[in-house]
Amino acid sequence: MSLIGDILLVVGCAFIALGSLGLLRMPDVFNRLQAGTKAATLGTLAVLLGIGFNHPGWWAKLVVIAGFVLFTNPVGSSSIARAARKAGIKPRVLARKIGTDG
Amino acid sequence: MEHTADIPPLSWPHYLLVFFVSLLLWVLLTGTFDRQELVAGVLVSAAVTLLFGRRFEIFTGFRFSWLAPFHILSYLGYFFVALIRANLDLAARVLAPSLPINPALVEIRTGLKSPLGRMLLANSITLTPGTLTVDVVDDRLLVHWVYCPPGTDLHQATERISAAFERHLSRFLI
Repeated sequence: MSLIGDILLVVGCAFIALGSLGLLRMPDVFNRLQAGTKAATLGTLAVLLGIGFNHPGWWAKLVVIAGFVLFTNPVGSSSIARAARKAGIKPRVLARKIGTDG
Repeated sequence: MEHTADIPPLSWPHYLLVFFVSLLLWVLLTGTFDRQELVAGVLVSAAVTLLFGRRFEIFTGFRFSWLAPFHILSYLGYFFVALIRANLDLAARVLAPSLPINPALVEIRTGLKSPLGRMLLANSITLTPGTLTVDVVDDRLLVHWVYCPPGTDLHQATERISAAFERHLSRFLI
């Protein structure tokens, strides 16, 4: 039981580390947000699940935390992306422009 | 987000939903099914529902049916698979020395009308492989796509990014 929990903790931390690497490697704010959001969300969930395995008595509160993370994390990223776009930051587009609005 | 005229007025299922969501949060936070806690939770949830139920407009988009819980579960299952795929996809891109990205902003169209539905769709898109919702304007979502196949138009983008989520969400949301 506690071994599964530890493995999940390590996996969660690994995803967050990969997200940080993405934050460093990606070229502009939008791509960086993409790396940060997904990794932080799944990483946090895996860590919470790992804690749940190590401390079975805490699961109810962990579910609440996971729910709030799932609701607020993407909203925060979308808000930053929206603000960046309104501030006039153009996304780096390598290919031909696509869609009706750029 | 703008309110849309098609949202139905508040009805008793709406208040019931507010009540049960409050009660669920109470039970999870207390972490016990002890009778005293449950009675206190029912009283507090009823008070919250009566006092503030009118303000919880976010729940108005809910489509009430007996199958709704199953639809929510199937949505959650699909969502978590997509979230894990998103992370593996991202890990592969970040670790590859050539950094294979081809970013673009695309527009997609949604048939969901309620604020809650659009919010959940936007959140789902943000957490799935290679896409990030940048803005929501009426029925259009502006999406940043890390690896956009060349020559994609609105229909193809809608089909590839949001169609599956929208199918799941539209079963229990307006």
